[in-house]
Formats: sequence, structure tokens, C-alpha cells
Amino acid sequence: MGESAELTEREQKLQGLGTAMLRREDARFIRGQGTYIDDIKLEGMLFGAIVRSPYAHARITAIDKARALAMPGVVAVLTAEDLKPVKLHWMPTAGGDVQAVLADEKVCFQYQEVAMVLAQDRYAAYDGAALVEVEYEELPAIIDPQQALAPGAPVIREDIADRKEVGHGPRTHPNHIFTWEAGDKAAADAAFAGAAVTVREEILNPRVHPCPLETCGCVASFNKATGYLTVYVTSQIPHLFRTVLAMLSGIAESRIRVVGGDIGGGFGNKVPIYPGYVVATVASIVTGLPVKWIESRIDNLSTTGFARDYHCVGELAADRDGRIRGLRFSALADHGAFNSQVSASKLPAGLFSICTGSYAIPNAYCRVDAVYTNKAPGGVAYRCSLRVTEAVYLIERMMDVLAQKLGVDKAEIRRRNFVKPEQFPYTTALGWTLDSGAYHAALDKVLKAVDYEGLRREQAAKRADPNCPTLMGIGISTFTEIVGAGPTKVCDILGIGLFDSCDIRVHPTGAVIARLGTMSQGQGHATTYAQIIATELGLPASDIVIEEGDTDKAPYGAGTWGSRSTPVAGAAAAQAARKIRDKARKIAAHLLEVGEGDLEWEIDRFKVKGSPSQAKTMKEICMVAHTGNIPPGMEQGLNAVSYYDPPNLTYPFGAYLCVVDIDRFTGETHVRRFYALDDCGTRINPMVIEGQIHGGLTEAFAVAMGQQLPFDENGNHLGNSLLDYFVPTAMETPRWETDHTVTPCPHHPIGAKGVAESPHVGGIPCFSNAVIDAFAHLGVTHMDMPHSAWRVWQKCQALGVNKRAGS
Amino acid sequence: MAGTHPVAFKLNGKTVAVEVEARELLIYTLREKLAHTGPHIGCETSHCGACTVDCNGMSVKSCTVLTVQCGGAEVLTVEGLERGGALHALQQAFHEQHGLQCGYCTPGMLMRAYRLLQENPKPSEQEIRYGMAGNLCRCTGYQNIVKAVQAAARKLAAAPAAA
Repeated sequence: MGESAELTEREQKLQGLGTAMLRREDARFIRGQGTYIDDIKLEGMLFGAIVRSPYAHARITAIDKARALAMPGVVAVLTAEDLKPVKLHWMPTAGGDVQAVLADEKVCFQYQEVAMVLAQDRYAAYDGAALVEVEYEELPAIIDPQQALAPGAPVIREDIADRKEVGHGPRTHPNHIFTWEAGDKAAADAAFAGAAVTVREEILNPRVHPCPLETCGCVASFNKATGYLTVYVTSQIPHLFRTVLAMLSGIAESRIRVVGGDIGGGFGNKVPIYPGYVVATVASIVTGLPVKWIESRIDNLSTTGFARDYHCVGELAADRDGRIRGLRFSALADHGAFNSQVSASKLPAGLFSICTGSYAIPNAYCRVDAVYTNKAPGGVAYRCSLRVTEAVYLIERMMDVLAQKLGVDKAEIRRRNFVKPEQFPYTTALGWTLDSGAYHAALDKVLKAVDYEGLRREQAAKRADPNCPTLMGIGISTFTEIVGAGPTKVCDILGIGLFDSCDIRVHPTGAVIARLGTMSQGQGHATTYAQIIATELGLPASDIVIEEGDTDKAPYGAGTWGSRSTPVAGAAAAQAARKIRDKARKIAAHLLEVGEGDLEWEIDRFKVKGSPSQAKTMKEICMVAHTGNIPPGMEQGLNAVSYYDPPNLTYPFGAYLCVVDIDRFTGETHVRRFYALDDCGTRINPMVIEGQIHGGLTEAFAVAMGQQLPFDENGNHLGNSLLDYFVPTAMETPRWETDHTVTPCPHHPIGAKGVAESPHVGGIPCFSNAVIDAFAHLGVTHMDMPHSAWRVWQKCQALGVNKRAGS
Repeated sequence: MAGTHPVAFKLNGKTVAVEVEARELLIYTLREKLAHTGPHIGCETSHCGACTVDCNGMSVKSCTVLTVQCGGAEVLTVEGLERGGALHALQQAFHEQHGLQCGYCTPGMLMRAYRLLQENPKPSEQEIRYGMAGNLCRCTGYQNIVKAVQAAARKLAAAPAAA
């Protein structure tokens, strides 16, 4: 065996970076041995069922608990009146507002939490909930955010009608929450005034829901004797969750343990602190018994963690050759009844200002106005960073609108405006510094792979054929994401910076336990973090155990959302491992009796330069570190903790192309091909990456083609079960083709950027662009999502393309 | 609630006996009374399939089967797939093909695929997609689930006794 074969074998043994290592977490899941929230069963545990409002806007005039309390098995019924003595009937939100935990005199959205019935089992709890009699006096509801700002509109939040500010800047109307702006308005206006070409489009991101397969829930268990509170919860942010619980309850944070076990999907839905958690916790404190609260699917779709509801206007100004001179984007954001939108303190509209996309746009201005309506609060980022899907959707749609106006090809318009490789790091007109990118190369690779010219020729031929039963559309999306929140100077929640952490303990035999501040919901952290550490430490990933989610064990971190696990906690893992390797180097030098500078690292050992037979493996050093044979003055052990505050966010990007064939008689869209090229920098586990991309594209497909939470004019929810809400099955879901380029992140310890949200963020505009492109030759510049067969058929009907020739 | 009813059935080959109200759904009996938490609850309206189990040789969604309907039945759950310490070909294939992420749909997917391969040992990709369409997954986009079922079908065809 040659030397290089030996090196390869040693490297493969580690299963480190770049290896398609099979997932460590699968073993329990394929046996049905996962521990999800509803699997937790504690002695004496009560079940809490929530009584919800049938009205979107109404005063509560009376609540009668008597019949419910008479029900066998019912232990108690809690209402706002019962929470008042502990001052927990309202709770502060991350957005600077307050939210009713249980409705206090008034309900502001349908299905709002009014009471919780505690009973000995689930059936009894729901029996009891059906018997709580609540009298309401109905009020006019506001569903349309435009109407919310009309003069004389009903005031949704009388409790804060006099407040001049909610979280950010002055309010202009009792239903107005904030106005947030970025960029230079005067410069953008000037660019428009002098532009050869301008385009404007109204573009909706409908209200949708992440709809993880497991709904939200918790088991709160307060021990009266010790004053110790344990909360098992489906939370993507266990540490922040504990901090909030401490702030709300007054229980010392050190006496609260939050445990996130296995989580059945999150996608943003499991970031907020919901009223159900708070009531269950209070109920446990009051009764001294563990209390479980689990959402039904209807509860989940109706009340927790909606996303989007951004009513946008996009404007671009360009030269005659399509080079963009100015951008003006605005959004009216429907936040529902309380401003409990997930956001960082200084970023009330999240990262919406990434809306200049992958393009060098010299002048830009954007503005978001948030308003109250009689809909559920708690807006989350559905498989994206905060408001990034909204931003990317807008720019990627507007690029197509501009191309159509100019008669320029939709790939070419992008190429002309891309930030060029030599311009990185590139600071956008809205203030973000894109760290790296190779946009032209990514697009060109995709166009070549799909034979773009050939597709356009086929499309032209079909358009020329009056008997062609289908409309062919080609969608392109060349997006740039912004993930990995984030630098503490920019990003905090409740004052806590969004750093993350890793605590690594190496044992004498070389086995490792690493604990991180994040929380996997299926992303495969137990595998990928182990691979990062394996490469850094030269110890096999198979012997590295990853633990997250138990606040008693793991170091503090901001959790898993916004594709921040690899960019932030993954960086902490690498940094902590490097501290350990630095110490190991000192031990190796001591053992080999050479200077540290005489050593070089090779896969799993330190070698003496020029004398390769003299070496100490990491495994040997692990044992020695626990003996007396270490350099004088050094402490035993091989452990390290790292708290990583990223210097910048990361900017994964991609080029996607979608081909659709739309049946012009039925409006049904068939996705013929979807080609997704992603650049997430350094790739840790190609198998896991591909899985994340498949999943993200499927969620993008769902949003673009069918998802929407609809309401009638009275605020009644019209689609809150899986009968109505579109979750694609294996039948509808297209087959995905994936590809990649690698442009490492220059400021991340291992060059990684994050990946799981790119396919969602970049995929949605790609589908929309494809559907709309199918109608482009008919003068159509925009169609709002979702592109369901019914809605697309209506477009066919309006354009008269659903008529057979001669009929 | 009015009275309970004794029900006995075979669960993963062992006879079990429970006392349940007439309205109790099989998923709750399995999870709450019989400590089989492999089958999951995702919707309680038969749409998501996370609660899929095998009952008398058919795939059923245990959130819409009454336990009292199961007297004398043969019920198989994900917990019964592993035999004698050996994973079922489907379990192994889901692992090897990365056919799962959060794992919540996995027990239902496995049980549906188990029955599908008995109904059709050599399904095409389209037949797998159609045959699995009653089971929702939010994580994988199904592509690797399809690959896993195909891989398991090949393995079972090569060693039919293992089915």
C-alpha cells in the first residue's frame, strides 16, 4: 500500500468534511423510537385543551365554567381572570408589543385562546372544552391590511390605542404598528426620474403556514418542593425559551430546565413562545402536576406561526440596455392581531433589505409598513431567514418583469446585472456586504445543463402552433440568500445576541461529546456537527456524540432557524475543536521533545517536519492529556468551549431553472423539469445537503402552487385542515435535479454558508416565473400565487386561451 | 362517558387486551394504553398518514379506526418490523437512501411501504408514488423515500424469505 493510499484510508476512517456519512439519528427513527413531545408521559400528568374563539373580533361578555367543571375527569378551567393574579394573562412579545395569553375581555382573531380546560386525559379535556360557555358580542373584523389603515377603521387593539410606538418608530393609525425604511430614498427617486425604462408591479406573498407534520406542544412540570420547573417543548430555540420563561414567571433561570427532544419538523413554526406554552406552565405551577398541551392540526394552522402576508410593490428603473439604476420596494405587512412577529430587535422587518438580490444596483430604497388585522399573530420565517423569501421573491419576479418590458432574455437580464466575481466583497445600496459569489458561472452551468437555447426554441415553436394543448413556461431564479443570524452588533432577540456555542469534551479513549446551542428538527446535526469536529480533531465521527436542546447540558445559543446552525454553531464547533487541537499540539511537542513549530498536522496526527516516522496521533494524545505526562504548568483534560459571534452573515446563492407545461384547458401545471444548482460554500455532507434541497424545493413547490390561508370577510378561516391546506404528496411533487458549485465563505472557519433554506427561498420565484413565463407572450407580467389549477384556469379563461381552435 | 368495552387483538404478534370507550381511536389505544409511540399523530383526519399501521393485512390510518373495531385483529406497527434483531429491508433502505429527516412520518411511511410491497413486490416509481400518496412528508420531498422503497423491493426480491 502506497503512502497516498494510507493517507486516504486514514482520512476515510474519520468520515469528516465532504463525506456522505449515513445519519446517526436514523437508528431510533426507523424503529419508531424517537421521543417527540406527545411521547412524553409523566406521572399524574394532566392534559390541557384550549377553548378558542369562534369570532375574529368580539367582546367577551361572560364565561361560564360550571358545566365543564362538572364533567368527570375535568380538574380546572383557566381563563384570563385566573392568570391575572400572577400577571400572566398578557405577555410581552419580541416585537415590543404585548399578546394576550388568554383573551382578556376581547378576542382579536378567530381561534384565539380563551380558556384552558385541564383534565385527567385528552378525551375528558376536549369534552370539557366543548362545555365552557363563552358569550360574545361580535365586532366588525378587518381582514384586508389596506382597510386596516382606512380612516375610521375599527380599532383592533384598544389596549394600546394610545401608544405612540410599538417596537419601532411612530405609529400613524391605531391599527398601524411601525414603518421601517432602508436605503437612500432621494437617490432612488432621482434614479427613477432620469431612467430610460421603469417597471412597477404589485406582488403578493400570501399568508401561508409552515405546517410541520408534528404540531406544537409542551409538557410543563413544576416541582413545588424544589421550585424547579421542567418544560419539554417543541422549540427551535430552547435556550431563549428558557430565558423568556424566567422573565415571565419570575422563576430563576437556573431553576428552569427546557428540554427539546426529537422535533417532528419546524420550518419556523416552532420558534415563537405561544400562549399554550405559557398557560400549560402556569397550570402546572398552580396544580403542582405536569400538564401536557398539544395542538390539533386545526389549532396549528389557525393560530401558531403563519408566514408572509406581505403585500408588496416592486419598482425598478433601468437603462435602455437593461442595467438597473434604481430599486424601490415596499411592503404592507399583515402582522395579525398582535405584533408577535419573530424578529430581531433592530430588524422589525427582518432581513427584507436583502431585496437587491444578486445584482449590482446602485440606488435602492425599501420600506415596510406593518399593520394589525383580525388574523392570527406570530409571523415566522417559513424555511427562510426573517422576511428573506419575501425579498427574494420580489427581486426575482421584478427581474422577469424588467426583461419582458425590454424584450431582453430572462437569463441575459440577470447576467447583465449580476455582481461580478471581482466586486466581492460587495456592499449593497441597502447596506449588506455580500462576502462571496460566482453568479455568472452558476447560471451558465445551469443553462448548459438544461440546453436553455433549445428550450427557448421549443417554447417558440409551441407558441407558434395554435393546436398546441399546452403553454410552456421557463422559470429562472438566480437568488442570493442571507443566513446565519447573526453578528451580535446587528442581531439580538430581547437584548440577547445571536451568537452560538459549542462545548467539546474529549475523553481519554478519544471518544467525544459535543454540545451545542442549536436544536435539530431533522437537519441531521448529530451527523454533520460530528463530521466538522472529526476533521478538526482527527478523531472518527463515529465516536463523536452530539447533544442539543437540553438547557441543563448544552451551552447557551440562539437555536436553529434562519439556516444559522452551520454558519454559527458549526463555526463554534470548529473553533472549539481548534482550541483543543492547539493544546494537543503542545502535548505532542512535549512528547516528541521538539518545538511546536517543528510539528505539522496530518489528518489525525502531529508529525515532526522532515521526520515523518516521529508522530503522535490524536488518539494517543487524548490519553496522555489525562495523565501527568503533559507540559509543566498545563492542566489535564482536553476540553474547550467556544462562543462564536459571526463577523458577517453568510450569503449562499444558487441558479434554478424550471420548465412547466400548463394545460390551457384545465389550468393544471406539470413541472417537467426542475434543475437546482446551489452554492453553500464548503459542503459538509453531500447526502444531507441533497436531502435538504429536495425538501426545500418541495416546500417551495407547495407555496408557489397551492398554499394559502384564506379568510372570508368576517375573518373566518377557510382552510385550516389538511383537506384544504395544500401539502404535496409524492404524486404531485416533481423530481428534482441537483447540482452545485463551491464558493467558500471567506469569513467562516470552514467556509460553510448554510443550505436548507436556499431551495425554499430560491424555488418559489422560480416556479412563479415559470408559470408566468408561460403567459408572457400574451402580455402577462405577473400572476399572484398560489398557481393552483383553478387560479391558472381563470387566467386561461380571461385570456381566451382555453378555447379550442374553431370552437 | 358511558361504559367501556373489553377488546383483545394481536399487536406485533402478541395478544393484548384493553378496556376502551366505544369512541376511542386505535392511535390513542396504541400510544396511551399500549406504549407503542411509533405511530404518530399529524392530523387526526386521515390525511397525513403518520399514524399508519397494518391491520388484518391492510394499511389503515389508526386515527380513523375505532379500537372496538379491532377485536381479534392482527395489528402490526413499526415496532414489529424488526425481527430477531435484524432490521426489515425497508428500515435499512430508508437509512441508506436518506429517506427520512425529522423522522415523524417515518413509522407511517415504513408501514405503508411494507404493505405496498406485499401488494406489489416490483412497483414502478409511479406506482410507488401513487401507493404512498396517503402519507405526507414535509422534509424529504419524497425522492429518497421512493429510492428507499425501490432499494428494499430489490433486496426483498433477491431474498423473498426475509419479507
